[in-house]
Amino acid sequence: MREKTLALLLLSLGLLLGAAFLGALWEEEAAVVDFTRKNLPPCREFLFGTDWLGRDMLKRTAAGLSLSIRLGLLTAFAGAVIALALGMAAALLGAWADRLVAGLTDLIMGIPHMLLLILISYAAGKGAAGVAAGIALTHWPPLARLLRAEAAQIRTSPYVKISEKLGKSPVWIAREHLLPQLLPQFLTGLVMMFPHAILHEASVTFLGFGLPAETPAIGVILSESMSYLMTGKWWLAVLPGIALVVAVLLFEALGQCLLRLTDPKGAHA
Amino acid sequence: MGNTAGMRDMAGMRETAAERRNGSWIFWLGGRLARLAALLIAVSAAAFFLVSLSPVDPLAVNVGQAALGSLTQEQIERLNEYWGVGIPAGRRFLAWFGGILRGDLGLSLLYRRPVLEIIGEKAVNSAFVMAFAWIFSGAAGVALGMAAGARRGSLWDRAITAYCMVISGTPAFWLALVLLLLFAVQLPLFPVGFSVSVGVEASQAGLADRLWHAALPALALGLTGVSNIAMHTRSKMLEIMESDFIAYARSRGETKKRLLFGHALRNVLLPAVTLQFASISEIFGGSVLVEQVFSYPGLGQAAITAGLGSDVPLLLGITLISAIFVFAGNTAADLLYGILDPRIRRERRKGALL
Repeated sequence: MREKTLALLLLSLGLLLGAAFLGALWEEEAAVVDFTRKNLPPCREFLFGTDWLGRDMLKRTAAGLSLSIRLGLLTAFAGAVIALALGMAAALLGAWADRLVAGLTDLIMGIPHMLLLILISYAAGKGAAGVAAGIALTHWPPLARLLRAEAAQIRTSPYVKISEKLGKSPVWIAREHLLPQLLPQFLTGLVMMFPHAILHEASVTFLGFGLPAETPAIGVILSESMSYLMTGKWWLAVLPGIALVVAVLLFEALGQCLLRLTDPKGAHA
Repeated sequence: MGNTAGMRDMAGMRETAAERRNGSWIFWLGGRLARLAALLIAVSAAAFFLVSLSPVDPLAVNVGQAALGSLTQEQIERLNEYWGVGIPAGRRFLAWFGGILRGDLGLSLLYRRPVLEIIGEKAVNSAFVMAFAWIFSGAAGVALGMAAGARRGSLWDRAITAYCMVISGTPAFWLALVLLLLFAVQLPLFPVGFSVSVGVEASQAGLADRLWHAALPALALGLTGVSNIAMHTRSKMLEIMESDFIAYARSRGETKKRLLFGHALRNVLLPAVTLQFASISEIFGGSVLVEQVFSYPGLGQAAITAGLGSDVPLLLGITLISAIFVFAGNTAADLLYGILDPRIRRERRKGALL
């Protein structure tokens, strides 16, 4: 069972890395305009068809996915680091820090997520920086809560108490005692954040608050496709969307595998 | 996002404990209102801070760079004043916040009408979509969750779990696009957009026409909303079916129908209803996307228009109103938790005596 989980983990990781690499490689080709081959439905030469400018949709989709994956990595990592910092601060720095983090969590969860992303994107003047900041700043609460609980529990153990009595600073305790133990949960939480990060990036971009219209992002592709649906060009919307769903599911599978491998309870299941 | 709901359950429990100490509904209500007030102040301040950071020049967006060039200095100054350019953020915030305290959310810059009036109008449209999606995802979610959890590993279980996994990775707006393609373009059963038929005044439109237009957006929203509640109901259901009282009922020879609807349903319903109320935030977020696909003139589309057109008062107004909705949903979840669960109800009553 463990071998099977590991195999699935490597498979999804390989597929995602492959897509990210291929898409980055095709980024230039994806923008090539050729009117002799415009509006082609999917065929053997163009598996995803071409759009009204004759751009190869397979290459555009791959480039978009690659962009999403890279941006997802960056934003999920930033989000997870925020969660780690706030979770440890809430556990170590006393009641006021705990209350402050809880208040921040309530604030972020009190506004519908999509609206908050729009607000942050607007604050950053839209564009890539806006989406990145939006995703990094709004996805930390669940992981922060998890890490806070874990850190608070570790803090009650005797060796941490001794360190405190010895006058070690909270930063030292966080680095030497908490970090090594929180690392597995941090990593799993990070991977579990990817799918949300990618979905939200595509959504915000689709609404026009994210990546600029000239980038080959999935959100841009799908938003452009809306003008061509009425004339029956279904492949412009359906195939890139399926690719996005597959990428998200692969990330989901990756997270589940990691969870199963790092969770001691599940080790023998 | 199951964690969210789980955390809200926890918050609900904390409330109950606090309540037991205070012992009275009036205290509870007062506490809730104080929390709401604190939340709204924080949300207003944070949202205002965010929009005041924005480097977006409202004049360039709405008047256009070319048109700006042909305007006189005086006209530009008038426009600057209208869009609030150049006034310090602190003074703008105080003016805006003072208005809120008097129940005035200001004037929308794009629509040139009071923000509250626009929100009211759009909210009616959104209500059709959101209410339908909310009820649909709740009912279908409980039904699917019960069917899946009735027997672990059955064909139903595997199919429903797979569906939920896939749909939770599917963006609502893409599903909306696919539904639009299937049922409005290829098979023209439903309209491709808007909330009433073209050429019909919104106030004159019949209920049937409105429902017909809300159907596809609501379906897209409802289908994606199913997965969370179905998966929670499933795990609860598995737990119940393995419990002693079901084993006892089974050994008494009760029919499968009675097992499911007489025993399991009651136990499953409580967490489902709570979860459904706590998910209002997600329904709202999804409606922003779905409304955009169907050009449906609801709150979500108004938020997008406001954001893209730098209509700050409208954007802030929608943020505040939606925060109130989310809060109301969470409070309703806490309340229902107490009303529907006899164990918590009894505890509350005991607490009231102390």
